[in-house]
Amino acid sequence: MSDRRLSRRALLGAAATVPAAAGLHSLVSRGGLGGEAALAEPGAGNGAAGHLAHGGHERFAHAAFAPGRTVDHRANGFNPTEVLRDFDWGRTRRLASGRLLREWTLVAQDHEIEVAPGVKYEAWTYNGRVPGPTLRAREGERLRINLVNSSEHPHTIHFHGIHPSLMDGMPGIGERMGGGQIEPGESFAYEFEAEPFGLHLYHCHVAPLAAHIAHGLYGAFIVDPKKGRPEADEMVMVMNGFDTNFDLSNEVYAVNTVGFHYVNEPIRVKRDALVRVYLVNVLEYDPLNSFHVHANFFQHYPTGTSLEPKEYTDTIVQGQGQRSILELKFPFDGDYMFHAHVSEFAELGWTGFFRVGDPSLLGGAAAAAAYCKLPWGGGSPA
Amino acid sequence: MEAAARAVSPRGGLPAWALGLIPLALIGALIGAFALLGGPGLGERTGPPVEKVSVEQTVLRPGTIELTLRNDGPDPVEVAQVAVNDAFAPFSADGGREIGRLGSATLRISYPWIEGEAYEVRVLTSAGGTVDAEIPVATETPAADLDFYGLMALLGIYVGVIPVGLGMLWLPFVRRVGPTWIAALMAFTVGLLAFLAIDAALEGLEIAADAPAAFGGAALVFAGALVAYLVLAGVDAYLRARGEVSAGTGGAAASGGLYLALLVALGIGLHNLGEGLAIGSAYATGALALGAFLVVGFAIHNTTEGLAIVAPLRGGGATGARPGLGRLLGLGLLAGAPAVLGAWIGAAAFDPSLAALLFGVGVGAIARVIVQIAPSMRDGDGRYLHPVSVAAMIAGIAALYVTGLLVTV
Repeated sequence: MSDRRLSRRALLGAAATVPAAAGLHSLVSRGGLGGEAALAEPGAGNGAAGHLAHGGHERFAHAAFAPGRTVDHRANGFNPTEVLRDFDWGRTRRLASGRLLREWTLVAQDHEIEVAPGVKYEAWTYNGRVPGPTLRAREGERLRINLVNSSEHPHTIHFHGIHPSLMDGMPGIGERMGGGQIEPGESFAYEFEAEPFGLHLYHCHVAPLAAHIAHGLYGAFIVDPKKGRPEADEMVMVMNGFDTNFDLSNEVYAVNTVGFHYVNEPIRVKRDALVRVYLVNVLEYDPLNSFHVHANFFQHYPTGTSLEPKEYTDTIVQGQGQRSILELKFPFDGDYMFHAHVSEFAELGWTGFFRVGDPSLLGGAAAAAAYCKLPWGGGSPA
Repeated sequence: MEAAARAVSPRGGLPAWALGLIPLALIGALIGAFALLGGPGLGERTGPPVEKVSVEQTVLRPGTIELTLRNDGPDPVEVAQVAVNDAFAPFSADGGREIGRLGSATLRISYPWIEGEAYEVRVLTSAGGTVDAEIPVATETPAADLDFYGLMALLGIYVGVIPVGLGMLWLPFVRRVGPTWIAALMAFTVGLLAFLAIDAALEGLEIAADAPAAFGGAALVFAGALVAYLVLAGVDAYLRARGEVSAGTGGAAASGGLYLALLVALGIGLHNLGEGLAIGSAYATGALALGAFLVVGFAIHNTTEGLAIVAPLRGGGATGARPGLGRLLGLGLLAGAPAVLGAWIGAAAFDPSLAALLFGVGVGAIARVIVQIAPSMRDGDGRYLHPVSVAAMIAGIAALYVTGLLVTV
């Protein structure tokens, strides 16, 4: 008697009725889309996310966490909304030679963080946050980064950039000069020139490398061109993930650590204002990651090392360590999703929203008016 | 030593029951003190909390997947998030998200699952651990209403009662044949029952693998078998002591043909209880499609069980009584009807631990029945294993194996 071993397909009769439960693609026009705020807009005719309104037959607008609980950013010590626009220029002083020295101190420390509501992860961090501080400098400056290792494990900081091998943060290189692998309780000052301009990253390079990166030891490193870039609303997105059960694949994906954070707190931007995204992929265990924005296109500057965009697109793919500067403007008010177009990552946390203007004011008339103002929109609203 | 001990006890003046209670009281006091002092000398526990959670039940409703989890480990577990096929999905938890030791919780997950597709539900705990539940083929779990119980009853009748009844139609044949044929039929029954016992044991162990280890898991199968065997042996001894069964050392008739038939029916009935349980739960979870082919397979498979029941009813002999139609019907129901009961239990409240136990009970009952009817297959020289019995036993095993193929597909 082996019903459990039956080849069920073979015996399945004709009955294949598809349950009419799924409003799969109904996108959402109201923010706070993941948590309690994800309740349907009362009377909204947009087929949107009534997904938690009544027990039982909820709509499924998009992947989301369970309602009623959010990540405790205070306990984490950082909030991804603040991480987004937090550029750390360090402290500066003039050297005797007249050059500018820009200096930071990064403390490697072990720190438990919440990567999804209720899901804790024993992270290894720079300055208690994941990603580490976004270090920003100008091309040609002298940089000094003091690493203090107060973690229980040896660490380094390996910068992407151009520098001598002693400053490379590689174990086995320069230990006799105090560099190489920095043991717990020790410290080291990395010193090099800010070059080339572009968007780079830094991370720990102690073996096992995958484990040290996956635990959270990474951050963005921006070198501005001498003449700067055009004025813009700038933000950093570090694409990462967390292997919470240590099976060498990630359970939670995100930008700036907390899954679905920018669904719960959409990124507020102004209509028609230039938005510049510094996008860095440090995701461990998965070969590729990607970025896609809805209802818009962006200029793509790979590695940010050229001032000329390479492509006008709405989706880019990046391997680990690859990074790009993206520039775009939103011509319409509303909420616009952005996510990895590796849909699996998107549904495991790597999804967010840009909120342009005040969506509560966004009615059909406003949208029509906004459309008409576009060069191809045909002038005044009908 | 012995003598000294006996000499002392009357002088102590304590009654025997007090002497029996003193160690118990001391153990109680020790446990109390140990708990009050917080386990002196054991120190802090090392290592992270142990998370062991098993999935007891999966129920699919339109747009919803319900998982019943049982915390099988020593530490409380907190359910933090749930992902279905690599997508986080909103859910609510009956009884809270924290599951204490041996506690259970039911997660109601919103997910637009599609009929016929496969799903993996991944529960993420607060410590980042994962519990996976597989849904091999998604289909809506039938609502447990009257229609459903009716269907389960019909199913039980199809696979249990009717085939057993059909098998009993061999009774006239059994009555006509000579003693060698009877020995062969009994040996055939023994072979058949042995195969059923093995099958039930394997089935029970397989289910036990999914059951929470804290409740015993595979041990439940063996415990169930042992208890069933002992209970049946006890009942047998009791009936013999009251003289209701002639102490038989001879053939089937001598040990009471009807009594033996009753035992066989009981053993098969307990086995069919487990079988019904498995069918009911498989049907409820959509793992079983009720094709006519499957029902026919079960019918042929179980028809042999009917033959096993009537084999001892040769009539004549020491008891001489030819059981009436009512008694025959009773035997058939005893063997077949538990399939209905099992299907109800399995469909409404399937619990892997209970199922493992019941399969074990079936195994024990069958083992006892084999012991009971084995004497009937002896030949004139009193040998258990003679060419006819051996061939018949192998035929019994083969019969179930071959008809079993019809339901394994």
